Amino acid sequence: MTANYETREHDVLIIGAGGAGLRASLEALAQGASVGVVCKSLLGKAHTVMAEGGIAAAMANVDTADDWKTHFRDTMRGGKFLNNWRMAQLHALESPDRVRELEQWGALFDRTEKGDILQRAFGGHTFKRLCHVGDRTGLEMIRTLQDRGVQQGIDVYMECTVTRLLTDSGRIAGAFAYWRETGRLIVFKAKSIVIATGGIGKAWRVTSNSWEYTGDGMALAYEAGAELMDMEFVQFHPTGMVWPPGVQGILVTEAVRGEGGILRNKLGERFMEKYDPKRMELSTRDVVARSIYTEVKEGRGTEHGGAYLDISQKPAEYVKKKLPSMYHQFKELADVDITKGPMEVGPTCHYVMGGIRVDAETAESTVPGLFAAGEAAAGLHGANRLGGNSLSDLLVFGRRAGLAAAQHAKRVSAPSMDNSQIESAEKELLAPFSNSGTESPYAVHRDLQELMQNLVGIFRTEADLGKALVELEKLRARAAKAGVEGSRLFNPGWHLSYDLKSMLTVSEAVAQSALARTESRGAHSRIDFPKLDPLWEKKHNIIVKEAGAMKRRESPVEEMPGELQQILAAD
Amino acid sequence: MAEATLRVFRGDSNGGQTVDYRVPIAPGMVVLDALHHIQGHLAPDLAVRWNCKAGKCGSCSAEVNGRPRLTCKTRMDDLPQDQPITVLPMKSFPRIKDLVTDVSWNYRVNRKIPAFEPRPGTDWKISQLDVDRVQEFRKCIECFLCQDVCHVLREHDQKEKFGGPRFFVRIAGLEMHPLDGRNRNALLKDELGLGLCNITKCCTEVCPEEIRITDNAIIPLKERVVDEFYDPLTRMFRRIRGK
Repeated sequence: MTANYETREHDVLIIGAGGAGLRASLEALAQGASVGVVCKSLLGKAHTVMAEGGIAAAMANVDTADDWKTHFRDTMRGGKFLNNWRMAQLHALESPDRVRELEQWGALFDRTEKGDILQRAFGGHTFKRLCHVGDRTGLEMIRTLQDRGVQQGIDVYMECTVTRLLTDSGRIAGAFAYWRETGRLIVFKAKSIVIATGGIGKAWRVTSNSWEYTGDGMALAYEAGAELMDMEFVQFHPTGMVWPPGVQGILVTEAVRGEGGILRNKLGERFMEKYDPKRMELSTRDVVARSIYTEVKEGRGTEHGGAYLDISQKPAEYVKKKLPSMYHQFKELADVDITKGPMEVGPTCHYVMGGIRVDAETAESTVPGLFAAGEAAAGLHGANRLGGNSLSDLLVFGRRAGLAAAQHAKRVSAPSMDNSQIESAEKELLAPFSNSGTESPYAVHRDLQELMQNLVGIFRTEADLGKALVELEKLRARAAKAGVEGSRLFNPGWHLSYDLKSMLTVSEAVAQSALARTESRGAHSRIDFPKLDPLWEKKHNIIVKEAGAMKRRESPVEEMPGELQQILAAD
Repeated sequence: MAEATLRVFRGDSNGGQTVDYRVPIAPGMVVLDALHHIQGHLAPDLAVRWNCKAGKCGSCSAEVNGRPRLTCKTRMDDLPQDQPITVLPMKSFPRIKDLVTDVSWNYRVNRKIPAFEPRPGTDWKISQLDVDRVQEFRKCIECFLCQDVCHVLREHDQKEKFGGPRFFVRIAGLEMHPLDGRNRNALLKDELGLGLCNITKCCTEVCPEEIRITDNAIIPLKERVVDEFYDPLTRMFRRIRGK
């Protein structure tokens, strides 16, 4: 039945063409591997393009006292010590080199008086650390990587969705995918696969994430037997737009606060004084998000249920120069001139700290030949990510994943393909066309977003999470019946019916892990367990597929070497 | 609740027609919200490209009431609502389905452009003034609206001979990079047909990033090409030196 697919072969197949995927592909290519990059959108449209504030790297161009140790300490403290210490160390050590390399490939950053890369303040960072270009750092980064990739000769499969990883006796053999444009099928043979598919935010109603962020990579890895780790840690960015309704959730960069923006409630009170008097607006994202949420909940919110964020005390020209896209975003979409008055902002689902469990040095998952980097991987950020640590994560661990994937491909023999896996993947993908039911994938998606927003949001309880798991089961049954209208030619309803499965898988992983973690740590806040629990500081939640069902277990946090403990203890 | 009518192209490379959809209007709604409403409630197979919905990725380009625009930045309340709002795919690219067109030609043009190459011995010190000068070109989000509106491509379909405004902007961003050591003038003249542009500024008018494409990118590049290849003194000098 499955002669209807084309076949391509690469040493290394990379799924996702954002910062991590592109950086991985460049490194694998430099190692002499043949590299294919598959992405759901057009090249250059990945989520990295939306990153605004900057890349965190202890280059000490502005604050000369900065060094990797301080960056390491900030990252660990921000992550409430649940981070993989080795990843946090490598990240702090290597990110300056990754930024310089980007510059050597043509990226242009804002400069200091002396002509070095300019760095700005950001939440949770002790020093001015974020290398940036106005508020469009992600665009500069992705264009630089994309153009270098095109020049170096990576094969890019645009608008192509992988729906299954193929394995050969437990190790990676390839991937099954379809072209979104035509609906035709394609099978990739590959010795190594790097998952760089980003996050899961599209499972929530108020989100800064695009349609692509449906957790595909984590679901693919999970189905192939890999472990997911710390999935309960979902970051709600404190400042998303709240009005008008159509733009709810769109990101308002933390750079607004980095450049001096002040948060106030409707009474005009600078409420961060109550929650974090020392760091104020530049506290970590988990704290600021909860503070805004609490102000609104207690009746001190703005007209549209948010807080005021005000940068208009700065000169108008300065605001337009440092935050040009924010200026335009509010002017065009909300009729607000941010140089004259405050913005209305509120928390928006933004990032997941959890993801595929990987080895710190090689980014390899628990499945041989399967690697993961960027948001799709877990470990670096622990219980809460600092702003600016994501772009540096993409570069540091994208490179490491590409390197290790290429080396793995050199080491292993060609895997053999199992036709029965391909046949079953094809059957699953095309099933919605035979469903005659009236269930719409869009309706199921809307209900999923509402469920995750209300029951698995910023503040959680045992009752809510238990209910969420029951409801998710019902949604899964509905999703299985969802039908599709029209043909296989560029059909978004059909595309969503697959994405929905991934979202349901990762949503269940988040709810299960959140239910188990009976404490509040970083981005995970339990109303029924409001304190840190020292026992949980020593445990990761692991999600794995066993005998066809989702199982959770706990795994000890790795002991940190003495010299790093000393760095952490210093002030 | 107020409603609007969207008149949307439905069809593929074999042809098609517009179909009217009634959509409820919410405050601040943009055309892309209306298209999503149609997908979610009326026509689940309506093909639309989009990603960020914040004017940063340049995916949701279409022609709204005859004007090439990002649908995520086109407010419904800026359009007359007593008549249907037409939403058509970009005309200059082959249709795939509904509002989705085949923009792969752009990616092929991009491949012809040599990437940044630093001048040897650079110390990587750059002044903010030099950064500011090229910033404008590097803001481009590759929505391809300038390519869509450019008459060299739209009316004359010179895709084999002409690179289009997007890639002149990209080259301007490279050529005016303070540390770039390459020369792309021959490429501009011979392969990308810069001379075919007769500076009607249509591209500048539709650019959602407000890049002054014609004035700041194309005209300076034309001057560079003229200086190198058509300047009589340079030509005479070349003839004398036998080059």
